[in-house]
Amino acid sequence: MIAIIDYGVGNLFSLKSSFAAIGVETAVTGDPEAIRRADRLILPGVGAFGDAAALLRRNGLDQVVRQEAEDGKPLLGICLGMQLLFDYGLEYGRHQGLGLIPGSVRPIADYIPAGYKVPHIGWNALRFPAGKPVSPLFRHIREGECVYFVHSFCGVECGESVVASAEYGGMLTAAVARGSIYGVQFHPEKSGNVGLNILRAFCEK
Amino acid sequence: MITKRIIPCLDVKDGRVVKGVNFLGLADVSSPVKLAKFYSDCGADELVFYDITASAEGRALFTDILTEVASTIFIPLTVGGGINTVDDFGRVLKCGADKVSVNSGALRDPSLIPEAAKRYGDQCVVLSVDAKRVGGQFRVFAKGGREDTGLDAIEWIKSGIANGAGEIVLNSIDTDGVKNGFDLEMLQAVCEVVDVPVIASGGAGCAEHFKKLFHSLPKVDAGLAASIFHFGEIAIPDLKRELAADGINMRL
Repeated sequence: MIAIIDYGVGNLFSLKSSFAAIGVETAVTGDPEAIRRADRLILPGVGAFGDAAALLRRNGLDQVVRQEAEDGKPLLGICLGMQLLFDYGLEYGRHQGLGLIPGSVRPIADYIPAGYKVPHIGWNALRFPAGKPVSPLFRHIREGECVYFVHSFCGVECGESVVASAEYGGMLTAAVARGSIYGVQFHPEKSGNVGLNILRAFCEK
Repeated sequence: MITKRIIPCLDVKDGRVVKGVNFLGLADVSSPVKLAKFYSDCGADELVFYDITASAEGRALFTDILTEVASTIFIPLTVGGGINTVDDFGRVLKCGADKVSVNSGALRDPSLIPEAAKRYGDQCVVLSVDAKRVGGQFRVFAKGGREDTGLDAIEWIKSGIANGAGEIVLNSIDTDGVKNGFDLEMLQAVCEVVDVPVIASGGAGCAEHFKKLFHSLPKVDAGLAASIFHFGEIAIPDLKRELAADGINMRL
């Protein structure tokens, strides 16, 4: 069973539906026991970093997620859920993240030339870092395939954890990984078959 | 780089797609779910569902259909039609829509845009504008293009963005239905003043029109059309391949 962690941010309908479409059973839950019992975890999220981090902490779910992930349970953070994996975020002030992946979250506008529209919205191609094996998350897709992005902030200083980027005036972090902890900035649940293939790979790992 | 988007628009009335959909080999051409699947499989980058229902029963049916579409296809969905309150945003977002397009509702109550943007984020508020030339000005029309509001389209769009609209759909009444190409002049006037994505609508008749659109106006992000896709005059996979071959960045 995969637990889609429900901590009060965003609409989880499409995410749940996309797992159903690939034949994977999910439970949308905010119950720490259910999260501990799950085989894998999905950390979704839309909205602002600070609000989401506070909501996650409010019920102590931050501790549960951190513990489970550190103990080796596969975790996939999506969009803001990926950003929460980093050490901290600078959206409307400085806010602590989960600290599961090194790096921080900062405005895209600070990293791209003027004239590029923010938010970065639309379909963009995934680029894999040269000289590194392709992440298991992408075993069913090819480099250059497009996924759907919607974000105004991005993960930076992620070091070796970057497993995919997207070109938008500069290279934006599209996906990160450390062990069995994964994060994707884009929305696999809105990225057609490519997105479903990424979710499928996560479930197989 | 972000790819240019090709967006088919489906008009839905009382739970069925209306207005001339005519596909060979598609048995139930008025089923929104089947058409959505068909377009998604064809490589459409996004779908717009426009609810032209008048009755409350039809509206409830529309949200049921939307839920079914959103459980079947996994590309961005935009919903318009009958959006008059922030609660209307909530109603369709809950069913799996990603963006909500406002037109007449925002003209009646301009506070709808800032309130929806505050609750759901700028990225989910699309301002759709029907505009037409009147006395040397681009004028905003309401009620499906029947009523001149007297508003200047450029000013209306600027204020919409300042209030939180994250995307603009510009439908030129002058070129709509003529199939003689997009309204490049009107689109350019809008592109000069906006810093959010612009979707061009009205006038597409052939692949050449999309080429001209994206080459001459690099700030336009997407082309939207209905009948030429529905009647199979342009097949989306062919269109996208042709545009890509012409140097336009496409998701293939």
